[in-house]
Amino acid sequence: MFVISCPWCGPREQREFSYGGEAHIVRPRNADELTDEAWADYLFMRKNPKGLHYERWVHSHGCRRWFNVARNTATDEILAVYRMGEAPPDLPGQQPPTPCGEPAIGSGNKAIDADGLTGTGR
Amino acid sequence: MTKYSILSLARNAFSYHENWPEAWRSPEPKPAYEAVIVGGGGHGLATAYYLAKEHGITNVAVLEKGWIGGGNTGRNTTIVRSNYLFDASAHLYEHALKLWEGLSQELNYNVMFSQRGVMNLAHDQHEARELKRRVHANRLNGIDAEWLTREQVLEFCPILNGDPTIRYPVVGATLQRRGGTARHDAVAWGYARAADERGVDIIQNCEVTGFRITNGAVEGVETTRGFIRTGKVGVVAAGHSSVLAAMAGIRLPLESHPLQALVSEPVKPVIDTVVMSNAVHAYVSQSDKGELVIGAGIDPYVSYTQRGGFSVIEETISAIVEMFPIFSRMRMMRQWGGIVDTAPDASAIISKTPVKGLYFNCGWGTGGFKATPGSGHVFAHLVARDEPNALAAPFSLERFSSGALVAEHGAAAVAH
Repeated sequence: MFVISCPWCGPREQREFSYGGEAHIVRPRNADELTDEAWADYLFMRKNPKGLHYERWVHSHGCRRWFNVARNTATDEILAVYRMGEAPPDLPGQQPPTPCGEPAIGSGNKAIDADGLTGTGR
Repeated sequence: MTKYSILSLARNAFSYHENWPEAWRSPEPKPAYEAVIVGGGGHGLATAYYLAKEHGITNVAVLEKGWIGGGNTGRNTTIVRSNYLFDASAHLYEHALKLWEGLSQELNYNVMFSQRGVMNLAHDQHEARELKRRVHANRLNGIDAEWLTREQVLEFCPILNGDPTIRYPVVGATLQRRGGTARHDAVAWGYARAADERGVDIIQNCEVTGFRITNGAVEGVETTRGFIRTGKVGVVAAGHSSVLAAMAGIRLPLESHPLQALVSEPVKPVIDTVVMSNAVHAYVSQSDKGELVIGAGIDPYVSYTQRGGFSVIEETISAIVEMFPIFSRMRMMRQWGGIVDTAPDASAIISKTPVKGLYFNCGWGTGGFKATPGSGHVFAHLVARDEPNALAAPFSLERFSSGALVAEHGAAAVAH
């Protein structure tokens, strides 16, 4: 569980929000020309990365507005919050050191530091 | 290898059980193997075991980034059943259940498979109709399934709240008597020992960092312990499947979510079956140690942190207390999360990929443990023959473009 800063309401508990999945997936405009494989890619295939993930949230139990979040899925650290329609911010260096590597903080295997802020992951 | 028996137990008792031989070797990785399995959980180890046993491929390595059985194999709620709705899933899970029934003998390792019955509760008329439909579908597929009335449910599990005035009263349930639980760690250890005996190398603390692919065919895997040459790679990495697929340039229809579980303090035997509820949404059984083993739905967001949020635990526990007021004073002892790879149709993916010699077995989501023997069995066939058998064929990646999805959200019993 984590705290999400709603662009309109400020920091609130994650359970107030609903998850909208991967952001920046654009519905194809040339629907009648698409192959079945291209449709499958649009409908079903997802990046599902371990590390930097751009995703959508809606403040269901608050202002009920949608927005985008950049979050590290290896640590659940929120790196940026930005509005719908905005381009995803460039946030280099957020991938874990190895593809499956556990980050220094925030993973289930290594407990967060006492003050939660001094890990090398920041 | 020592055959485990009453005699070996007695013999080792004389030396205070200090001289048991190791159950499997810890070899250095060889430079090349005929096949490499990525992921040393139950499914991966079972795949290696059946590759050796059924297909005579013994020059196999199982690569595990941590320790075997340390992922979802050690993090599930150990429920085994096969009461799925559609023919494709029913056949696959029933194949697994039949293997479960002889597994301890086959592996010479007690997996403590306990067929104590699995009950799926209905709380309203619509749910009762859906579950009765599933009972009929199961019976047509030769799977044992019964419909219990409210009175029969309360007789079968007397501690359930039978009050008809609560928000979600129990109106009936399905019961699969051949379902039950098994000892999850023992499944990994039993398969590891049996695979090792047939020559499989189990290599722990060895993380795959990339695939070497030439002309569209796999040549080997890059690992933290060096390059390993092989023409066949079977990836059985559960929550990390998308991460490994991305290394080969493949996109999968998966999202990885934390799925939490928790156990209570141990108490005397109080519930001798598995009770699951889709509507109130929780499931519970009691381990042989006496702990209540409790689980519910996934955390809603993509995450690889094996932990999850407190709000999900709160919802789970309130559902348990709604169904079992007797548990309201129980203290919970441990909580954990596993990363489950959920597919859009809540069914597994057992498939070839665009890369020749690279196979994926993933998408088991919230319900992979029950399938462990069957999953390994059919995946070994795919890896060995480069063709799925009839049981695995409906679960290929092609179903997402053909539209032949196997939508098992109802029978999966865990919301995702």
